[in-house]
Amino acid sequence: MAYLKTLARQQGWHDDLKHPTEESQMTRITVTVDDVSYTDEVEPRTLLVHYLREQLGKTGTVVGCDTSNCGACTVHLDGVSVKSCNVLAVQADGSTVTTIEGLATDGRLHPVQEAFHECHALQCGYCTPGMIMQSIDLLRDNPDPTEQEIREGLEGNLCRCTGYHNIVKAVQYAAAGGAK
Amino acid sequence: MTVTDERPATKEVGSRRTRKEDQRLITGRTRWTDNIQLPGMLHLAMVRSPFAHAKVLSVDTAAAKGAPGVMGVFTGADLAETQGANINAWPITADQVTPTHLPVVVDHVACAGEIVAVVAARSAAAARDAAELVDVDYEELPAVLDMKEALTDAVLAHPDLGTNKSAFWTLDSAEAGTGADVDEAIAKAREDGIVIEREYRQQRLIPAFMEPRSTVVDPTGEQIVIWSATQVPHILRFCIAATTGIPESKIRVIAPDVGGGFGGKLQTTPEEFATLAVARKLGKPVKYTETRSESLLSGHHGRDQWQRLTLSAEKDGTVTGFKVELLADLGAYVAIVGGGVPVLGAWMFNSIYKFPAYRFTVQTILTNKPWVDAYRGAGRPEATFGIERMMDELAAEVGVDPLAIREKNWITHEEFPFTTVAGMTYDSGNYEAATARATELFDYDGMRAEQRRRRESGDPVQLGIGVSTFTEMCGLAPSRILGQLNYGAGGWEHASIRMLATGKVEVITGTSPHGQGHETAWSQIVADRLGIPFEDVEVLHGDTQIAPRGLDTYGSRSLVVGGEAVVRAADKVIEKAKPVAAHLLEADVADIEFTDGTFGVRGTDKGIGIADLALAAFAAHNWPDGLEPSLDAEATFDPDNFSFPHGTHLCAMEVDTETGATRMRKYVCVDDVGVIVNPLIVEGQVHGGLVQGIAQALWEGAEFDDNGTLVTGSFVDYTLPTAADTISFVTDHTTSPSTTNTLGTKGVGEAGTIASTPAVVNAIVDALRPRGIHDVEMPCTPERVWRAIRSAGADSAGAAPSAAQPHFDESEGDVQ
Repeated sequence: MAYLKTLARQQGWHDDLKHPTEESQMTRITVTVDDVSYTDEVEPRTLLVHYLREQLGKTGTVVGCDTSNCGACTVHLDGVSVKSCNVLAVQADGSTVTTIEGLATDGRLHPVQEAFHECHALQCGYCTPGMIMQSIDLLRDNPDPTEQEIREGLEGNLCRCTGYHNIVKAVQYAAAGGAK
Repeated sequence: MTVTDERPATKEVGSRRTRKEDQRLITGRTRWTDNIQLPGMLHLAMVRSPFAHAKVLSVDTAAAKGAPGVMGVFTGADLAETQGANINAWPITADQVTPTHLPVVVDHVACAGEIVAVVAARSAAAARDAAELVDVDYEELPAVLDMKEALTDAVLAHPDLGTNKSAFWTLDSAEAGTGADVDEAIAKAREDGIVIEREYRQQRLIPAFMEPRSTVVDPTGEQIVIWSATQVPHILRFCIAATTGIPESKIRVIAPDVGGGFGGKLQTTPEEFATLAVARKLGKPVKYTETRSESLLSGHHGRDQWQRLTLSAEKDGTVTGFKVELLADLGAYVAIVGGGVPVLGAWMFNSIYKFPAYRFTVQTILTNKPWVDAYRGAGRPEATFGIERMMDELAAEVGVDPLAIREKNWITHEEFPFTTVAGMTYDSGNYEAATARATELFDYDGMRAEQRRRRESGDPVQLGIGVSTFTEMCGLAPSRILGQLNYGAGGWEHASIRMLATGKVEVITGTSPHGQGHETAWSQIVADRLGIPFEDVEVLHGDTQIAPRGLDTYGSRSLVVGGEAVVRAADKVIEKAKPVAAHLLEADVADIEFTDGTFGVRGTDKGIGIADLALAAFAAHNWPDGLEPSLDAEATFDPDNFSFPHGTHLCAMEVDTETGATRMRKYVCVDDVGVIVNPLIVEGQVHGGLVQGIAQALWEGAEFDDNGTLVTGSFVDYTLPTAADTISFVTDHTTSPSTTNTLGTKGVGEAGTIASTPAVVNAIVDALRPRGIHDVEMPCTPERVWRAIRSAGADSAGAAPSAAQPHFDESEGDVQ
């Protein structure tokens, strides 16, 4: 709570945060998620990922750890990838969020989604939403990455199934415009 | 002799089909258990013991019960009558010491992380907040954490049991009549041959599947519905019924999308039972989802053995005997497979070799640590590590290439079927072919030449080459053998096929995939078998109401056993359809031929498609007398034998002798997994398996402090490899079809993990061997490698320091 109070003061939210078991102070936020604008009351301590999953039903974005190591919850916040377990919902106020559920348009997969499918870059699929969101961010920064640059760009996203081999191939495939 | 493949050409089996499963997974339209929301659903938080060993004197729940949103707080005593128990399904000996494992402890905590109380609240956050308010009064007891200390029984993990020794299990080739006496072989080798004696540590690992475990229980209908992130919905249903008294027919278990398991979800967990008990108490739907820290702390762990190995050989390197003495830490309880995990290694330490004498013993030990059970490979990675490390040691002793020592001792391809010294009959294999292909892809001679150059030039970065030629037993398992081993269930698998009126086909499998791609592979099998489009097949699984019979997914069994059940069900559909086709075509059933989805009349151009017959069954207007109007069929397959995938893995590691840092330079593996249904999926299984095995060699290990607290309790400290830590692999296959099933498949889920760990460690040791180093304990961190290099020569045995890497370096003063 001390951290949260400090953060709250710094961010100029509320300086009267109470212990969450006491009466919680709710904060109103407006966020555009996957092209839909939402206005909601949230507890100041609510993480963006919990807001997406529990209040908006955006369960395509998942939680894999408590320490922002795994990256399963990666979304785009104003066009940049963030781990949504590492962002408070109130910090997203006024922002635009894109999740895995907002990537495909008019029934057509995003090229990186297509690449993950073509290259068998997923098995259980739990890390996949975060991995795809991070891969898109990586390719936006560096449209023609080397294998090492891809590996370093995905370092913040853990996968336990694929050994990363085919994930790297998928990013290369997407970078090449769908050529293996 | 080795069987050659003379199966007819197939359209689907063998093709690189991209997966059906992907569409929902890449678009976020998934149903993980934690996604499920039901009206009025409550959320649980667990109050867990911070102590490894303690008496629970009292639990004060008053403050928690008064907290906002809290609907109930339950202690072990509150749930004692209804909570059931977490059972061991495989007592390895008749006198095995097996502590009772209650989901929520009543008065005795045997490891840190055990559940002491459960809070139910209207939100997960409220439950977590209130859990902090539960006041537990513990009397801390001395904890036994080291399995060698536990052997002395000086401190007891369970004082009421009087011992920490759970069971002692033996397989002796002289007693079994499958080989000679190993002690005689060793005694003779001490006179005029070679005896290699080593002790290896198999560190404790954590499966660390990506989806944290989650359970939702809805007790509001006629049947209790349980969604759980499990590999074993059918086994969970059985265990709940067996220990809670709820009739099995009143329980429906659903494993929806499950995010990885690797053995870590084949347990029936305290959390599942606690969630069920609270849901029944409150009469409301309840959800529990663990945090990652809870997952690492309270899910089961894997491996954790000491291996004392004695290998005897003639001076030319021909092995004469192998003695294996294991100590295996079970942790605080005997988990569902429990001591059966190290026992599975009994048939694998002799691996691909013709050893004349063999003895395997394992002493299982109880300690005050989290329980240990199957983790990808389950007993077989431990065995493969032991023997493949020893074969490298023997090669060094004899002074020959590690591949040469293996070739001298392995079963040649002309010798199959071959009954091993452990009594297992390997049906097929070709170790020469896999090794030849692997050395070619690896440029083995070129890599050895580079190694020589670096040694001669004194390059500070040395090159090591690691070899691992492995086999494993897959396709768990022939029920009769399981019965002889006192395992509590069979090893069969079930499938059924429903021919829908519109020409679509539903395949119901008793296996329960969680990333393996069964929906795709089973569709390929059925499309070929029934001559129908791949797209017309729907594979249903993981729900005891839809797939009522099954034994689930683990032990590389799904395709070998479950796939064969699918094949047999499909063949029954065809046989049922033939007389109907004869009836409709006005022909003799003896003249009906089935090809590519059409029943034809031999010698004519008359025919009818299988989809038309399915529609005819739906209408049943014109059906042969005496036959039921259905083409649906089911089959249960119980294998006669295991299957035995094998392969040759070659690894090149660069070792910086100044810093201890290691870098993987190249990894080549050639696996013989029998006939491949989908090469794309098989390659993925191999890649992922490799990295898990490599991670054991280099990075992972569950570490505890002196109080029994797991210090690798988050992904900050339990260091899973990232994309930046790993490389791209070279994989290929040779094929000697299995003879135990129609398709000739052998299983691939665990191969990579089993083979890769010794390949990596052998490579590191190979790089350092000229310095007199013959072992580095896993995980081979830079610090351990550096210490091994620094201490080389000081330790006459040549082994690296065996003390576990401390979490904090105490020599540097106060922990920050």
